[in-house]
Amino acid sequence: MQATSRADRAFAGGVAALALLVPLTLAGITLLIVRDSWPAISRLGLSFITTTRWDPVHEVFGAGAYLFGTLVTTAIAVVLAAPVAVGAAIYLTEYAPLRIRTPLAFLIELLAYIPSIVYGLWGLFVLVPFFREFVEPTLATWVGPVPVVGALFSGQIVGVDLLVGGVILAIMILPLLLAVSREVLLAVPGAQREAMLGLGATRWEAVSRAVLPYARVGIVGAIVLGVARAFGETMAVTLVVGNSSTTISPSLFTPGYTMASAIANQFTEATGELYFSAIVEISLVLLVVAVIVNGAARLLIRRIAGNPQGLAL
Amino acid sequence: MTALALGVAHSRITRRRRVKERVMAGLLLAATIGAAALLLIILGFVLIRGLPAITPAFFTERSLPQGEPGGGLGPALLGTLVLSAIAAALAIPIGIASAIFVVEYRSGRFAPVVRFAAELIAGLPSIVVGVFVWAFLVRGFIGHYAALAGGIALAVIMTPIIARTVEEVLRLVPGSLREAALALGAPRWRVIVRVVLPTARAGIVTAAILAIARAAGETAPLLLTALGNLFFSTDLLRPIAALPLQIYQYAASPYDDWHTKAWGGSLVLVVVIGLLSVALRVATRSRVR
Repeated sequence: MQATSRADRAFAGGVAALALLVPLTLAGITLLIVRDSWPAISRLGLSFITTTRWDPVHEVFGAGAYLFGTLVTTAIAVVLAAPVAVGAAIYLTEYAPLRIRTPLAFLIELLAYIPSIVYGLWGLFVLVPFFREFVEPTLATWVGPVPVVGALFSGQIVGVDLLVGGVILAIMILPLLLAVSREVLLAVPGAQREAMLGLGATRWEAVSRAVLPYARVGIVGAIVLGVARAFGETMAVTLVVGNSSTTISPSLFTPGYTMASAIANQFTEATGELYFSAIVEISLVLLVVAVIVNGAARLLIRRIAGNPQGLAL
Repeated sequence: MTALALGVAHSRITRRRRVKERVMAGLLLAATIGAAALLLIILGFVLIRGLPAITPAFFTERSLPQGEPGGGLGPALLGTLVLSAIAAALAIPIGIASAIFVVEYRSGRFAPVVRFAAELIAGLPSIVVGVFVWAFLVRGFIGHYAALAGGIALAVIMTPIIARTVEEVLRLVPGSLREAALALGAPRWRVIVRVVLPTARAGIVTAAILAIARAAGETAPLLLTALGNLFFSTDLLRPIAALPLQIYQYAASPYDDWHTKAWGGSLVLVVVIGLLSVALRVATRSRVR
């Protein structure tokens, strides 16, 4: 009896010790990153995110343009990916023949397992030429002259720019959005649809008036989760976004920088205390945003679908 | 209002509703086909552009300076194996332990803390993990770029994936099994080790392998930790090559031959990861779900 409870205590202690490494790691990540960005935080203050001049030689660090690049590419990604992903999720839960639903969803979710560097390679050698030769000239010709909106599609076409960065991000977050939206839709009780169909509604009417309103919170959660993923994605964007301009321009054809690509490109060459600290502060911004946005997304999704497996993607 | 007028109005609405139904069904189908086509297009390019690079030398030889024909990605393949092994050795025990802690010892005060922390780490951009491991090990304990730092960075990424997936699997183990074992007088640790974990074995193996597949493709944290190496190395305290890093460096280079090798490397990565996930998902689907 004595031996048993001692073994029990030892086992519980061992498990707890290993498990507590997880919150310790999170604390370590936060502490080290805050500590290393402290020189930049204290010396640059708010100008770090409100100004756009990034000049390591003169020790002027305004990451506004990086923040802008991240926001623009993320916005493009969500605007493009959300309708396709939610549409496909609706088709796969409400319309598709029963037998192909799961295999087709599985096939599309395979996109989630492709490493981001492969998306980057494909983006650089396939998407960039395609956009430079075809998509962007077309946009410039047809949408360019339109007032207001035209400003987005004007200027010199280089090929590596914010637009392509956003498109590659859209492709990357598509499977995540699809997987989570599908699980949210599957969690909608069948009675919701049946009641509507029983009243003589068409399928789309049942979807748009009974299923989607019920699932709305969860789908918004899925989209927010996509935002979180796009916000911090590094390699794919780094290869196609241009990494050159640090000015803010309305044109999506501007080669830009995102916060994550700035870290990837400049981290190893950041000499000088303030330069290094400024780069780490960028990762602090990413960390804070990731925690807030992910937390919000998960709260929204749980309200509908409990704990969907798609979250592990 | 006459019955006739009502009938006309009725049929007009019906036609409009029918058209709307058709249009929406078409749009939704188009979205699905578009998403599936993307996968096929990307995989198609990786296959077609990558295949010419695949030769025996590609797997065994080290990379040569630009201009010399031949050479391969041997060090990168070896490096990815080494890094994945380090990461797995750390992340699998920690991940399983935190799942046990969260599910089997859920009455404890810290169980929600562990779960919440795992969730937050899982949501962090991988480059942030790279910055942390750089500050902690590359600048701190080790003092320079090293394979060990790269492996630990990958472990930080893998652990929450394993913890959260195993947690779900452990929850599927029926409570009656635990109660039966406890009622027979088995101590708690034996119940976990002999009853709960074996019951959940298939799911745990799946979780571990999916997490490895995920980590093996990570690039960003390795840029700041493993750095890369043109030569074969298994020294954990020296920089080491990795397949995703090598793809990145070759893709960013101006040479056609290196671009082909980058596609070849991507093909290897995609085939290995794809085979792992498909095989596992097919083999264990009925038990996990």
